[in-house]
Amino acid sequence: MATVAASPTYTSYASGEKAGIMAWLTTTDHKKIGTLYLHTSLFFFIFGGLEAVLMRWQLMKPNQTIVTADQFNQLFTMHGTTMVFLAIMPLSAAFFNYLIPLQLGARDVAFPRLNAFSYWVYLFGGLFITIPIFGWMAPNGGWFAYAPLSGRTYSPGINMDFWVLGIQILGISSLAAAFNFATTVINLRAPGMNLMRMPMFTWMSFVTQFLIILAFPVITIALVFLQFDRFFGTNFYQVSAGADPLLWQHLFWVFGHPEVYILILPAFGLVSEVLPTNSKKPLFGYGVMAYSGILIGFLGFGVWAHHMFAVGMGPIGDTVFSLTTMLIAVPTGVKIFNWIFTMWGGSIRFTAAMKFAIGLIALFTIGGISGITHSSPPSDLQQTDTYYIVAHFHYVLFGGAIMGIFSGIYHYFPKMYGRYMNETMGTWHFWLNFIAMNLTFFPMHFSGMLGMPRRIYTYDANQGWDTLNMLSTIGAFLLMPATLIFIYNFFTSKKGGAPAPGNAWDAATLEWSIPSPPPEYNFAKIPVVHSRYPLWDLTHPERTKDVPHTDAGMVHTGEHDVVDMHIETETFTAKQLGIPMPSSTIKPLWTALGLVIMFTGLLVLPHNKTAGFAGIGVGASMLVGFLYAWLTTPLEEHH
Amino acid sequence: MRAADSAGRPIPSSVLSLGAQPLVSATAHAAPAHGSHEEHHHYTTTGLDSRKIAVWAFIGSECMLFASLISTYLIYKGRSIVGPFPHTSWTHPQTGQVFKPILNIPVTSASTFVLLMSSLAMVLALSAVENKDKPLPAGAGLGDRMLASSKLWLWATCLLGAGFLAFQAYEFTSFVHEGLTIKTNLFGSTFFTLTGFHGAHVTAGVIWLGTLLAIDYQRGLGPKDALNVDIAALYWHFVDVVWIAIFTLLYLIPD
Repeated sequence: MATVAASPTYTSYASGEKAGIMAWLTTTDHKKIGTLYLHTSLFFFIFGGLEAVLMRWQLMKPNQTIVTADQFNQLFTMHGTTMVFLAIMPLSAAFFNYLIPLQLGARDVAFPRLNAFSYWVYLFGGLFITIPIFGWMAPNGGWFAYAPLSGRTYSPGINMDFWVLGIQILGISSLAAAFNFATTVINLRAPGMNLMRMPMFTWMSFVTQFLIILAFPVITIALVFLQFDRFFGTNFYQVSAGADPLLWQHLFWVFGHPEVYILILPAFGLVSEVLPTNSKKPLFGYGVMAYSGILIGFLGFGVWAHHMFAVGMGPIGDTVFSLTTMLIAVPTGVKIFNWIFTMWGGSIRFTAAMKFAIGLIALFTIGGISGITHSSPPSDLQQTDTYYIVAHFHYVLFGGAIMGIFSGIYHYFPKMYGRYMNETMGTWHFWLNFIAMNLTFFPMHFSGMLGMPRRIYTYDANQGWDTLNMLSTIGAFLLMPATLIFIYNFFTSKKGGAPAPGNAWDAATLEWSIPSPPPEYNFAKIPVVHSRYPLWDLTHPERTKDVPHTDAGMVHTGEHDVVDMHIETETFTAKQLGIPMPSSTIKPLWTALGLVIMFTGLLVLPHNKTAGFAGIGVGASMLVGFLYAWLTTPLEEHH
Repeated sequence: MRAADSAGRPIPSSVLSLGAQPLVSATAHAAPAHGSHEEHHHYTTTGLDSRKIAVWAFIGSECMLFASLISTYLIYKGRSIVGPFPHTSWTHPQTGQVFKPILNIPVTSASTFVLLMSSLAMVLALSAVENKDKPLPAGAGLGDRMLASSKLWLWATCLLGAGFLAFQAYEFTSFVHEGLTIKTNLFGSTFFTLTGFHGAHVTAGVIWLGTLLAIDYQRGLGPKDALNVDIAALYWHFVDVVWIAIFTLLYLIPD
């Protein structure tokens, strides 16, 4: 057993300079920004969930009139949009923020102020697209907003304007964050942390950033076309002017399918942390796991038209996209098997996080198998636009992404707050969630195969769907108490949970080698890494004896505060240690606000030219002015 | 400090002494992060400044942006129901009015030349900034003094970029006069959106370079600012390369 490098002996007292709301508005600390992302996206997750519950209430029995057809359209559009863009993506971003620098052994992300900007754009953009539903003016063209249906001719109101501009705003947030995290992973790894030693969450997040960087510009352009069509009378989706009615579908799904992997890969990464830790074994097939993630990323750009088998692409298009879709199941299946083999022979500790991780393996497998059934075009023609598809993607997104994210929250909560979440409540949450989730979505396979179409706001009795719909609705209602237990546990454990040590789960990676919650500077001394499991090298060398240990990648960093792998147990302030930290600044917030005001001006433009141009002018001036002020101010102040 | 790691393997002395290394940074050769204040030489994995990596990531994203625009143009090529058309003339079926092929290739060739020359000026501007500290050789002539002037080449880049934009403004106006707007047909929608996006990128570049020029007048750009100029140059060259693709695919290849 190795000795632990001595921690510096300064007087320990609580860190933190600013208090109150200003500390949050001006923060550039990746951990605080991660916390902001987490809370905001949990709020939107619950909001999107309530929209779903309202829809299930409407569909509980035949011929109900709880909501109107148009309100139902708004509900399913906003449920999908909220869950994809405002809940799952930013929940993943919460973990990118909190964990990537800690897992790499860095003191912050590459661009702390850009990081704050991403969060504020997300928050304002989320409000921009969400608020209209309170006046039943929300987008109503489905989360993939097929043009020409979403054009001015068939969607004349302001509803889809909110969607077109809102998604554009959210795309800016995602892209800014992706440049930041990709750069962080490339450039801010601790000495010895070569790519094949990165924790699997960081690996999957790294792949995700490239998907965002390459997929989001495509939806940006598709949205620009739609916006120009709606606002300026261009012809991109005007079939009467000779436009191709499939243009939007192609552009949307070239973005939309990589987006599916943007949603799931971070959750895959989280369970790849939880499973080895709680199985007390290294991850099975680390290299294959990393490469299969990369392969999923590549193939993810080559399968988009399997969303379009029903449009009549012809035999060659159908065949090619059918084959690539079957192919992408291979690296995904590899991951499933590697997780199972990680648990195989391990001494498993069934924490709440572990239960959710195992839940992901089970439920994602079901979703993956139903996915394979519609990789075949003839089979897909029977399934497309039915509840069978709804069942499929909820198994991969709820059963996959959300279960993985819950797993990650239970697992990393002690790191974030220095206290454990309550395990009993966690177990209740898991089982209730697991049962309710299956009760909601499993019957949809059958209602879909019996012919129930997606997106209908009501249906006639005696078509064989009545019982199945009742079951789905009971399941959806049960998801509410499940989520309430989680929320109660989350907020009470922050103050009342059992205190957690720095290495709360006896885990293997760098984020656990520092106190919980982490000090503002993360690492007093940057650790030099010798293997994939640097912390187990110190605490459980018997577990890591078979993984490669080399000094490859070691460089003379020139930094005076780099030392060999060690454990830090005391918390200081950055000032005490003389570590330069990024200054707090409000400028990213004002820049983001300027951006959203500019888009609000665009929204108003067709209705009121003066107000529209005023909004665009004010917003653009704020954007440019604060951007200049931000760029001409140095990042760090001197202590 | 221990002399062996957890598995009992000895750790090379070079590792053990890391903590006592003098402050010789791997990034010492890289340009400083901010010209305006004293530097911390942060260690980076690649030895490159993070901003340079981020700009490459940004350019990757921009490739997909322009790829989407150009693909749409190519998909819609020849599908417009009414004219005017880019390379062929069109007679209005009701009025009998004849519209000439609308693209003016000689004028656009000139504007392309102007934009490409701006890239040359950009290279010279970066070189002048990087070599600002080197004294001029004895008996330096006018040429040497011109090459050493970052202001001259930044001005040249800005003006050539603005010249390209002036050509584009002329082109857009004359197209509108000839009866082609963004609403007219698929060609108008795709043409104005694609070239307009490119023009917006050139405009952003001119403002960026203008900002660098203002800093040059304010306090003088030197080798410590080379990275800032280098990043702007990367962006500028990218925007030029995109124009080469647009010019070839839109203007030079007929229907």
